[in-house]
Order: sequence, then structure tokens, then C-alpha cells
Amino acid sequence: MTSVNQLIGVSFAYVIFLFAIAFYAERAAALGRRGWLGSPLVYTLSLSIYCTAWTFYGAVGYAARSGMEFVTIYLGPSLVMIGWWWVLRKLVRIGRAQRVTSVADLISARYGKSNLLAIVVTIMAVVGVTPYIALQLQSVTLSLAIFSGPDGTNSFSQPGAAFWIAVGLAIFTVLFGTRNLNTNERHDGIVIAIAVEAGVKLVALIAVGVFVVWGIAGGIGPMMERIDTSPIGEWGVDPNRWVALTALSAAAFLCLPRMFQVLVVENQDERHLQIASWAFPLYLMLMSLFVVPIAVIGLDLMPAGSNPDLFVLTVPLAEGQIGLATLSYLGGFSSATSMVIVATLALATMVSNHIVMPVWLSVHGNGASVSGDVRNVIIFARRTSIMVIIGFGYLYYRLSGGGAALAAIGLISFVGVAQFLPAMLGGIFWRGATRTGALSGLIVGFIIWVYCSLLPSFGPGAILSLEIFENGPWGVSLLRPLALYGIEGMDATVHAMVWSLTLNTFAFIVISLLTFPDPLERLQGAQFVNVFNHSTQTRGWEATLATSEDLMIMSQRILGPTEAQNLFRVEARKQGMHGYLPEPTQAFLQNLERELSASVGAATAHAMISQLVGGASVSVQDLMAVADESAQILEYSNQLETKSDELARTARQLRDANDKLTALSVQKDAFLSQISHELRTPMTSIRSFAEILLDTEGLGKLEKTEYASIIHGETIRLTRLLDDLLDLSVLENGQVNLNVENGRLSKVLEKAILTAQAVAIRQLKVTRRHLDEAITLKTDLDRLNQVFINLITNAQKYCDADEPTLTVEVLLSDEIVSIVFADNGTPIPVSSRAVIFEKFARIEEAESGGAGLGLAICKEIMTRLGGDIRYVPNLSGNAFIVDLPR
Amino acid sequence: MDKHVLLIEDEVNIIEALRFLLSREGWTVDTHSDGASAVEKIRNIRPNLVILDYMLPGKNGLDILTELREDPSFLTLPILMLTARGQMRDREQAEKAGVSRFMTKPFSNTEVITAVRDLVQLAK
Repeated sequence: MTSVNQLIGVSFAYVIFLFAIAFYAERAAALGRRGWLGSPLVYTLSLSIYCTAWTFYGAVGYAARSGMEFVTIYLGPSLVMIGWWWVLRKLVRIGRAQRVTSVADLISARYGKSNLLAIVVTIMAVVGVTPYIALQLQSVTLSLAIFSGPDGTNSFSQPGAAFWIAVGLAIFTVLFGTRNLNTNERHDGIVIAIAVEAGVKLVALIAVGVFVVWGIAGGIGPMMERIDTSPIGEWGVDPNRWVALTALSAAAFLCLPRMFQVLVVENQDERHLQIASWAFPLYLMLMSLFVVPIAVIGLDLMPAGSNPDLFVLTVPLAEGQIGLATLSYLGGFSSATSMVIVATLALATMVSNHIVMPVWLSVHGNGASVSGDVRNVIIFARRTSIMVIIGFGYLYYRLSGGGAALAAIGLISFVGVAQFLPAMLGGIFWRGATRTGALSGLIVGFIIWVYCSLLPSFGPGAILSLEIFENGPWGVSLLRPLALYGIEGMDATVHAMVWSLTLNTFAFIVISLLTFPDPLERLQGAQFVNVFNHSTQTRGWEATLATSEDLMIMSQRILGPTEAQNLFRVEARKQGMHGYLPEPTQAFLQNLERELSASVGAATAHAMISQLVGGASVSVQDLMAVADESAQILEYSNQLETKSDELARTARQLRDANDKLTALSVQKDAFLSQISHELRTPMTSIRSFAEILLDTEGLGKLEKTEYASIIHGETIRLTRLLDDLLDLSVLENGQVNLNVENGRLSKVLEKAILTAQAVAIRQLKVTRRHLDEAITLKTDLDRLNQVFINLITNAQKYCDADEPTLTVEVLLSDEIVSIVFADNGTPIPVSSRAVIFEKFARIEEAESGGAGLGLAICKEIMTRLGGDIRYVPNLSGNAFIVDLPR
Repeated sequence: MDKHVLLIEDEVNIIEALRFLLSREGWTVDTHSDGASAVEKIRNIRPNLVILDYMLPGKNGLDILTELREDPSFLTLPILMLTARGQMRDREQAEKAGVSRFMTKPFSNTEVITAVRDLVQLAK
């Protein structure tokens, strides 16, 4: 009989063999020869860590105890792989896009990179998986005990063996998982080792199966007969339990940290899922193929009371097949070790990323200013976590007494991790799921699981007293852990599962509906739910405050100098720069955050970068991307902005208009005063002299004539004023009809001079150059004449030279005819020049009798004719220039 | 009391009419048509009555009035102001500035003469 020591020796040799394979695989991967490593077959086989020692040993035990029900454990994952491949694809896509490192990281990242959530999930995972690790300890211990002989308890202390197995597994995992300082979550070596172990498991189980069917039963036919007569066939099928257990194992397949590790984190190519979706169910089918025969033969051969969980070992041993038994032992050992390694690594990643690192960061402050290599901290945290987690497993094994059936322990674990399902699925399919909702659901589910499943598993009196089991806490029977609300007669597993998942989901949905996600959460939600729309986009950084140096220092500490420098150099080259310090662009920061999150998890990476970059605020563009509603809000606010711009503009226009009106009102007052003055002044003379003529007796003839002529002159002045006002009003309103005709300029000038000179008060000498005037104009000749008369009359009135002279000159350019009227009088004072074309602007001290409308009218006329009139002082007097288009 | 009036007005025909009316009443009539030098003129000839137009070249009637009333020696000088502007505010401002009588053009001859007689009466 093989001694325990020999078996331990075989185990060591096997482990060294696995190390060699892992080492070789990692070397190959490092050299870029990944070809066969990255094959879908390796991916499929790595999924087989679902089949742990529980499946290897426990399935047979399960079949021996409960008939065909063990099939549910294989059915759940198969259904997920075949029917829910699109859920898996989404998970894998999200995992790759967000560089997710664990199930805790996934949930935390989805709900706004919340570290609290990550911590809760991590704790739940550790507590949930601990029984499972205990299960592996138990199975390896039991299998060793079997080899020590039927009454091995004499020379073999099971608790002592379990302790050393735990220590061995811890060292094994530390060496395997944290062998080098590569903290990236891909473990090529481990994956390949697991694939090899998967092969060993399958071969071992099939070998035992083949031996049982053909070696013992004597072929398929006799085997079938034995199955028919065995008590296994008599086990009834409980549909509720079947459905519940199938759903439970499906949920656990998605939620188990180690499954997430191999399914999502270690996935190298999304297309591998396609192969795995049929190859993995096939593997499971092969694993289950000989379960029933082994159970049946075991029940037949083995003495009553022997542990059916160990039929895989005890049947070959009983038949003297030492070699087969050793192979079988190695299969079980493979199942146990691969599970423990991956599960512990996955948990250790969570613990170090979500608990140790945040604490360490907050203690040491700014991520860039700390001294030392962060990688050492991470590695140390991982190693410690691994030991602590396996320690918990050992503790559970000791506390639960090591006697419970393997399958029962596995199911407790399944229910525990299944609590992640609502938050996980809700997170990737429902945008409305919120952090508070996820947190509430997880905590509610967890508490119920602990109370109804975990604590009772230690048995009455261990933690919960018998009193609580029978009458409920404080005598409230509605709260009995195995019969909540008095619902009795349910299987303990189904009871815990139904209650915990139902209330978990209920709390998750209701609280999600009642709470609002913050912007980052909403953004991440959109990224997760719509991962297929924009798979590589993660939220952007407002790259302003971070310096490349700081980022470099921090990255070196997390990624290691070589990898960090590589990353920075590649980026710098991409930006067209030399050296290692690229601009901290948004794209680069996103990339860096993804790289870091592969090492320390999304929440921690996010926190580290945000410490350096400063306010991790969500930019307007991000929000636009988040959701339609925020886009709508933005649009609405844009509209508001436009509106308020419009309002401001309108207000400005109103103010302008008001100013203009005020100015116009002032002008109107001034104008009315002027009109009043211009009208009342001649009327005063007229009235006064009329009264004198009426009232005064004895006026001389001469006086009477003089006064009458004053009255006459003033009435003419009044009439002219009214004519001018009307003329101006018509011109200003644009109601004037121009009578455009052809005529010679010389003719117009002659007529104007004649008219003006006929009523001249003073003589004015007019000199002309007739040659230039021989030009034909096409304009309103009467209006032009009016302008000319005005100018000549003004010269007559105001030219104060001893010999008043007016020189009329015509200047021709390509487009304009300019007629210059220059006199030799005193130039108009500078102060008055600006206003001479205004209404009622009369040059002070000028005695003229004019109302001051003449030039204003000229200006209006020239504007109407498409020309202009200007004043130009010249050395010898004043000049008015009339411009006309040719 | 001497009947010496200074007529500050820039409109020739109105000067003519007022000179006729005031001479017939026994006034010695002096005229001045520039606003800017009007106060100077008053200081020089010290009239017993001033008839002041509002719109004058150089300085308007209201400013002349204000400046005069600031000099204590002209506090009681009767000043009759004539205006053709027809603005109510002008009257208020003139009264505030201490005008003795304010009339709007066109005036009736009787009105002016009565006003002049009143002012002389008051000044006694």
C-alpha cells in the first residue's frame, strides 16, 4: 500500500512539473511566442476550474446520496455557456474595455468606481469563498487519509494534515501567483498550468470510470442493469430543487471570483468564447459521464457507512489498483490546487486592490509623492492576502468540524457569491441601476445568506444556539434561520437562496429607482450598458494639472520602471516627441488609467490619477455622451443661453432705442423751440406794427409806408420759412418725387445765378469757367438748381469781403462731378463748421433774416440725388463743394 | 426817476417797434443786440429798466438775468423778459432767477406798455 509519504512525494513532483510548465509558458509569452498559449482550447480548459475537488469527489458522493440531482451543478454552467454566451460576451467586452481586474472591480467600476462597493464585494467574496477553500482542504485531507489505511486515524491526524496542506497550498499559491513582480492580472503560466490540470482531472476521472464500467461491471450492458437495480434510480426528482440548483450553479458560474478571473480577466480573445460555448459544456459532460457508474459500483462494493465522496479513490484501492488510485488522487489534487490557486489569487487581487491599496494610499497621501516602489507594497499585500484567505479556509474547516458533505459546503458558497448577480447583471443591462441600489441589494442578500446559510452550516451550538434554530432569535419564530417568516419544509439551500436573492433583487431595484446616480456613475453605466456601441471609450480626464513627471513617477512605482518607461516613450513618440515625457493629453491619461487599473483596479487607479490630475470632474462632453437626458439638459441649457443672449441683445437694443428716443425728444424740444422762435419773431413785428398802425393817430405817411413794408417783409419771411419747413419735411421723409432729366450743367448754373442775382441784397461777382461746365448731367435739374441758388444766395448774404466774389469751378473725376463754390469772405468759425448743415444752424453774429434751413435742405437734396455737399475752408474764404455722380 | 431803458434784442424790426412804443411813453431808449457783452453794457449805462430777449447771440437772456441778480446793485433793477421760444420751463427758470416780468412773443403793444408802467410803479 502506498504510504502517505510517497503520495506527498508524488504531489511535490507533480507541483514541480506544473511549475516547469508555467515557467515555460511565461517565458514563451514574454518572448512573444504566444501562439498555442492563446488557443481557445487553453481558454476552454482553464474554465474547468469550475470543476473543483467538489466536482471530482463530491459529484459521486452527491449522486450516491441524492441521485441524479448532481447534474444540476453541470447543467447551470452549460446553460450559461450555450444560452447566455451574449451575456458572457458583454462581460468580456466590458472587462477588456475597462481593464477590469476582478468581480469587485467590475461592480465598483460600473457604479461610479465606488471603492465602498468594491470593499463590500471583496468582503462578501472572501466570506463566500472561504467555505469553498475549506472544501478543498477537506478533500485533499480526506484523500490522504484514505491512503493511510482504513484505520488511518491512528497514525494520521486529519486536522494536523489539513494545517500542513493549507500551508503548502499557501506557499504554492504565493509562488505561483506572485512569483515575479509582474502585477498585471494576466497570468499566462497559471492559465496553462490549469489547462494541464484540467486534462489530468478529466483523464483521471475517465480512467476510473472506464475501470469501473469495463473492469468491474463488465461492459456497458451489465453496467446499465446495475444502475437500474441500484437505489440511485429510486431517488425522486424534486422539480423545485432542480430548477433552483440549476439557476444557482448558473449564477455561481458567473459570479465566482475564480470563474470571473478565467472567464473575463484572463480572456485573450473574445472569439475564444465561441469555441468555449460548446467545448466547455462538452468537457462538463465528459466529467459527469462516469459519475453515476462510479457511485453505483461504490454503493455496491464498499461497506455501508463509507464516505461516498471518496468512491473515486476507494473503489480502485479496494480493487488493488494502486496506480489508478494514485492517478485518481492526482486528479483530485489537481482539482483542489487549481481552484485554490485561482480563487485565492482572485480574492487576493481584490483585497489588495480594494482594501489594502486604498488604505495604504490614504495613509501615504498623494500617489506621486510617496517614496519607494508601490509594486512592492502590492506584492506584499497580495502575499499576505493569500495567506490570510487560506487561513480563513482552514479556520472554517476546523470550525465546521470537517464532517459536512462536500456538496453541501459547495452550495453554501454558491449562494453566497450568487448575491453579486443582481448588481452585476443589473449593472450591464440596466442604466437605471445605482450605486446605492447595488449596495443595498448586496448587503441585504449577504446578511440573509450569513444568517440562513453560513452560520447554520456550523451546526447548532457552534455560533447560533440551538434555541435560535428552534424558536428564532428572542423567541421570534418568524425569524428562525431555516424557516424565515415561518415558511417551513423547504430545503435549507433553496430556502437561503430564494430568500436572499429575492430580497437582494428587490432591494437593488427599489433603491435604484429611488436614488439618482451621480455623473460618473451615469457615465460608467452608459459605458457598461452600451459597451458594444463604444467599446474602447472610457471617461475622459481634464488634463490640465498633471505633469508628465508626476505621472511617470507614479507609473514607475506601479508598473515597474521598464514597463512605465516603455509606455511613456511609445506615447511620446506617438506625439512626435523624443524622450519619456509626453504631453498629458486626455487620450494618454485614459490609456494610463487603464494600464494602472490592470494592476491596482479601476477605483484605485482612478483615485491615483485624479489625485495628480486634480478635480476629476466630468467634462461637458462626457455628460453629453452619458445619456440622452443629459444631452437634452445640455441642449436646453444651450437654448437658455441663446435665449438669454437674445434677451441681453434685446435689452441693449431697447436701451439704445430709448437713448435714441431721449436724444430725439431733446432734439424735438430744441426743434420746436427753434420753430417757435422762427415763427413768433416775425409775427411779433407784424402784430406790433399792425397795432401801431391801428392805434396811433397822426402817423406820417412816410412812417405808415415804412411800417407797412416791415409787415410785408415779415410775412414774406414767414411764408418762406413755412415753405422751407415743408420742403425739408418732404425731403426727410423721402416722399419727394425726383424729376430726373438730362441737362447741361452750364444751363443749370446760369439759371441759378440769374435767379439769385435778381433778388440780390448785395452785389456779388460770380466768375465761371465755361469750358468745364459743358457737361451733361442726368439728375433732377430743378432740385440741383435749388441747391445752387441757395449757395449763391448764402454767398451774397454772408460774404463780408470788400469786393465779394464767388468762383464757380467744375472738377471732373471718373465717377464724380464736383462743383465748387468758393467765396473770398471770412471763413466760418471752426466751432460752427460742424453744424452748418443742421437745421436752424445759423452762423452767429450773422444778420441775414434766414431761418437756417437752407443748407439743411441742400444736404437733403444732394443725398436724394445720390451725391453730397461739403464745406471746405480755403485760404481766401469758404468753399462749398457739390458732388454728383456722373 | 429817469426813464432810461436798455433794450437788449437782436431782431431789427422788433427793436424798431419797441423803440417807437417806449419813446412815445417818454423813455430814453438804448439798444444792444449782443448777449455776450450785455451785462457789461448794463453796468456802463445803468438803465432804470431792462427789456431782455431770451435768444441772443453769444449769451442767452436767462444767463444774463442770473448774472445780473448776483450783483447786489442790480437786485431791484426791473427786468422785463421777452421770449419767442414758447417753452413753459423757460418761464419757471426765469422766475426762479428773479425776473420782474416775463412775456411771450408776439405781445400786444398795450400789454408791454402796461407791464413797463407797472414795473416803474413797483420800483418807486
